[in-house]
Amino acid sequence: MDLSSKDMTGLRDITAAEIALILDTAVPMKGIIQRQIKKVPTLRGRTVVTVFYEASTRTRTSFELAAKYLSADTVGITAATSSVSKGESLKDTGRNIAAMGADAVILRHPMAGAAELLARTLGASVVNAGDGAHEHPSQALLDLFTAREKKGRLDGLKVAIIGDILHSRVARSDIWGYTKMGAEVRLAGPATLIPPGIEKMGARVCSSLEEALAGADVVNVLRIQTERQQQGLFPSMREYSRMYCINRDRLKLAAPDALLMHPGPMNRGIEISPDVADGLQAVINEQVTNGVAVRMALLYLLIGGSVK
Amino acid sequence: MKLVIKNGFVVDPVAGNVIKKDILVIDGKIAGSGTNINTSGAEVLDADGRLAVPGLIDMHVHLREPGFEAKETIYTGTRAAARGGFASVACMPNTNPVIDNAALVSAVINSSRAGGVVNVYPIGAITRGSRGTELAEMADMRDAGAVAFSDDGMPVANAGLMRRAMQYAGMLGAAIISHSEDKSLSASGCMHEGYISTMLGLKGIPACAEEVMVARDILLAEDTGCHVHIAHVSTAGSVRLLREAKARGVKVSAEAAPHHFTLTDEAVMGFDTNTKVNPPLRTEDDVAAVRQGLADGTIDVIATDHAPHTAEEKDVEYENAPFGMVGLETAVGLVWTELVAAGVLTPVQAITKMTLNPARILGITKGTLETGADADITIIDPETTGAVDPAMFASKGRNTPFAGRLIKGLPWATIVGGRIVMRSGILEDYKK
Repeated sequence: MDLSSKDMTGLRDITAAEIALILDTAVPMKGIIQRQIKKVPTLRGRTVVTVFYEASTRTRTSFELAAKYLSADTVGITAATSSVSKGESLKDTGRNIAAMGADAVILRHPMAGAAELLARTLGASVVNAGDGAHEHPSQALLDLFTAREKKGRLDGLKVAIIGDILHSRVARSDIWGYTKMGAEVRLAGPATLIPPGIEKMGARVCSSLEEALAGADVVNVLRIQTERQQQGLFPSMREYSRMYCINRDRLKLAAPDALLMHPGPMNRGIEISPDVADGLQAVINEQVTNGVAVRMALLYLLIGGSVK
Repeated sequence: MKLVIKNGFVVDPVAGNVIKKDILVIDGKIAGSGTNINTSGAEVLDADGRLAVPGLIDMHVHLREPGFEAKETIYTGTRAAARGGFASVACMPNTNPVIDNAALVSAVINSSRAGGVVNVYPIGAITRGSRGTELAEMADMRDAGAVAFSDDGMPVANAGLMRRAMQYAGMLGAAIISHSEDKSLSASGCMHEGYISTMLGLKGIPACAEEVMVARDILLAEDTGCHVHIAHVSTAGSVRLLREAKARGVKVSAEAAPHHFTLTDEAVMGFDTNTKVNPPLRTEDDVAAVRQGLADGTIDVIATDHAPHTAEEKDVEYENAPFGMVGLETAVGLVWTELVAAGVLTPVQAITKMTLNPARILGITKGTLETGADADITIIDPETTGAVDPAMFASKGRNTPFAGRLIKGLPWATIVGGRIVMRSGILEDYKK
């Protein structure tokens, strides 16, 4: 089986079978990362270019390492040091990169739909590494991979996503991914950070944090940005933390063996208390490892076949 | 110069009927109509059973000149109008510079006389530079030919200033056209706020961003007695507010654009920037309410909000694209397909909303085929079907979400002041 599209723009666009294929492919990829010699020749001669219009440590490094472990050549471009700062449009930047022979373009962009715009423009594979508040499919895939690895299944899991749903591309991709795989997704956060109509995506909006956490198998805590308080979306970080910070007591409401996830970067003491962030239920560091494996699987499935 | 339009079904919005007869035009004026018109010495245009209607009027277009000639000019915009069956357009003042004084109103009129293909009626700004801080010289502009006043696209946020503007415009007998948008609610939104915006991760513009301002301007119209015309109504709530206001006798009128009675926010899926428009495409319920408002008379006018942009401006990330879509060359087909054929409006109702009603709101002597009126006539072929092909547009703007859509009922000829400017769907190589 292959993926049906040359691109990975979002989990809304793919089927449960395709998600399962990516997760299954990521299993042996994780094995490669755990070897002493972390290199296989699978993508030798292929070129992967990361184009990041937003700051990122984790995602960019993760994609670059994923490509390198598979022996692809990689180049990284950031907006600040490219022709983007001279006013070049996204499409023109993309066309230039493709003209140099890129097989895959990994795009991080502050605006929703940017990856789809580039995917329409280029013959190369485009992987969405986060576009505005739209989707962040590789993050959701690593969340799913981690949950499946730890729980042995996704079907029937209860997943609570807590915090700033409004601005979160991770939440959206998680909702598509988890619900397609048969899990139940609950959302909780301040009313001003819950976007309208999100229940139509298949998630349940809970009226309280407690309701969302009750018996949850996975608790995914989203980052809260100080900027949102300045935008007037909630009164203070102090109050946010008092109402929504995931701490020891609140985590006890979830299933005893619940997994605690965070897409990073964490604001310790604000949305997540340090004791649980470093506690036994936290799988936050493993998420990062799994992220490399999932991205290896994605690159392999997208550009690893016969030359198109 | 004599012209006879033979064998047309003449739609008369004043009498409210459709009668098969011929129309006689002499020296740019309607000289009579009937069944036995002598065609000797006259050019004859055989309408062959098509509809002959008063020259259509689009009271909401952006011609972009001066300042944004890469998007559109008076020449290209009025050719687009002629191709779309419009004999007259009223153009919004959000050019560069903003049309906010008499000299600029005169400049637009002079340019349109020199290079325009159809009648152009400038709308003046309400406030200087449309900055929303002090009133523009509305009386001077009115005397120079401005037909109404609007800060379209840059709505007057200050209610006190809007009240003064209405008091002043009311004194002049001119309408204030309200682009109803509370910018503190629409903020940096770029599509309707709802399930689709949530799913796409695009910032939303809630329905209340429009409705709050519609409500405010209805109350101010009631207070001042000024005629307020609500532009591009897009939400069910706005339609309800207007219906209530009209029942109370408030001097308020309203228009709807074809895209608002045709498309929903689902069109934004796929991030086609040609669907980005302000006010945004709303939900199915809103589309139904706009149609109902058109049917029951709550909405008086169909106007396109023709807003051309260059391909480069639109070929970007959704958030970065400018708002607006072209409308002049698709309006008649959409009205006929979506409203008349669908049974929402009768032909007479549809034509009234594109002729007599906008003429009355703007206070111009158009929209009728009575003897003595300017010979502005549009011939519509209700039976022709065609696919929208932006490459054929006379407008510089190709930014339409309707490309490829099949529409039935197309403009067949446009006559302005007795001159045929478009025939069989093709622009005459018109030179003055």
